Amino acid sequence: MAGHPAAAAGPALIAEDIHKRFGDLAVLRGVTLSAAAGEVIAIIGSSGSGKSTFLRCINFLEIPDRGRIVLDGEEIRVRIGRAGRLTGVDRKQIARLRSQLGMVFQSFNLWAHMTVLQNIAEGPVQVLKRSRAEAREEAMALLEKVGLESRFDSYPAQLSGGQQQRVAIARALAMQPKVLLFDEPTSSLDPELVGEVLRVMQDLAQEGRTMIVVTHEMGFAREVSDRTVFLHRGRIEEEGSPADLFGAPKSGRLQQFLSSQM
Amino acid sequence: MIPEILHFGDTGFGDELIVGALVTVEIAIYSLAIGLGLGLAAAGAKLSHSRILRGVAETYSLLIRGIPELLIILLVYYSGGAAIGALLEAFGYDGGFDFNKRLAGSLALGLIFGAFASEVFRGAFMAVPKGQIEAALAVGMTRRQVFLRVRFPQILRFALPGLGNLWMVLLKDTSLVSVIALDELMRETSVAAEATQRPFVFYLAATVIYLLLTVVSDIFRARLERHANRGIAGEAVSRPPAPRPA
Repeated sequence: MAGHPAAAAGPALIAEDIHKRFGDLAVLRGVTLSAAAGEVIAIIGSSGSGKSTFLRCINFLEIPDRGRIVLDGEEIRVRIGRAGRLTGVDRKQIARLRSQLGMVFQSFNLWAHMTVLQNIAEGPVQVLKRSRAEAREEAMALLEKVGLESRFDSYPAQLSGGQQQRVAIARALAMQPKVLLFDEPTSSLDPELVGEVLRVMQDLAQEGRTMIVVTHEMGFAREVSDRTVFLHRGRIEEEGSPADLFGAPKSGRLQQFLSSQM
Repeated sequence: MIPEILHFGDTGFGDELIVGALVTVEIAIYSLAIGLGLGLAAAGAKLSHSRILRGVAETYSLLIRGIPELLIILLVYYSGGAAIGALLEAFGYDGGFDFNKRLAGSLALGLIFGAFASEVFRGAFMAVPKGQIEAALAVGMTRRQVFLRVRFPQILRFALPGLGNLWMVLLKDTSLVSVIALDELMRETSVAAEATQRPFVFYLAATVIYLLLTVVSDIFRARLERHANRGIAGEAVSRPPAPRPA
């Protein structure tokens, strides 16, 4: 999309030639993606296409078998072990990488024993070593942003799914991440709760946040993303502007996938 | 109303029973402290990547669970005392070693508690949803932070019902340490029963005291669980089946 602050310093995130297999199953067979600062990328594809695994490889929740990740110019050091696989990883560096990548999960994964406010302030306090007072103040501001300031003292189990996911987004934002990763953020929500989460995500996109969104919401990919990527069997089958992908899909598989989504 | 033999002072055994009950509670609390430490360590070892640590922990709980409790108490008291004595001698002490009975009893019961508690803790470790651990890793926490901030506080929530159960069993198992002539409630009771030839009165009195301890413990357990479950909808953590026959 034109008008974005075209990063003079290079892409915010590069994931290059990512491979991952689980046992005999090759889930990712060389996926390369780079995100410019401020870009919103939607990754679509049927279940089993590897899109969630790809996202999890970016912040090393899954250790890729091959490939490299570069975040804001910093390459994550990994050692090539037996059979050419990435093995030795620098834990400290991975932790730093993760602290700069906000992750929003399909099942929210809020910490059940902490209040909403504690959930959001926890990362800044523990990882960024902010003072508690400062972190709580910022957490309140973020809660306001996602429209949940009145629920600061609630526990996750007392919230609806949509509210929990908005808290989870605030938790990710609290780390002031360079890139936000969304792993099917609306897939476990009741249909009437999807909208409130998508609205928050849309606001973030408009703020110029760099976002990579794995989603089943074709509407969101089409309306909000700058670029849409279609993953099929661990490879990028087609990518481009949402107008092109949804308007004039080239590959037969994408056409098939899109018609199945109607 | 209370028979004279249960009165306090020279004429009755009431004060002896109360002192015995206090010793029972004391032993139980020491054993609990030892057992919680051992249980947590053994659970950590069972879940570790090290085959040696796993082997040690599994052997520990297999041995303890396979040997009758009475025998464990005797083994710890006699062989443990002898072993420590020998060890001290090897280091140059020749004053001899008198194994403190309370220490021996607490150690034996703690060993037993720890073996069963390790299973409770292991279950609790695994009950913390994986997604919450991933979320903690995803904000950049170290494994230590994940343990201290996310896993441990919730381990207590999942472990409390099972631990409460084990505590009840422990409280009753203290009566077994009377075999090493430790003056806890059970031994005081049988001494009094024999001396007065009124066994029924004394065993009934002991029954009431044990039940009282149980009731008080249960109130305490319920409070702890309520605290640990704060914020969890419906306080839905069901009590797992008793890890061992009580």
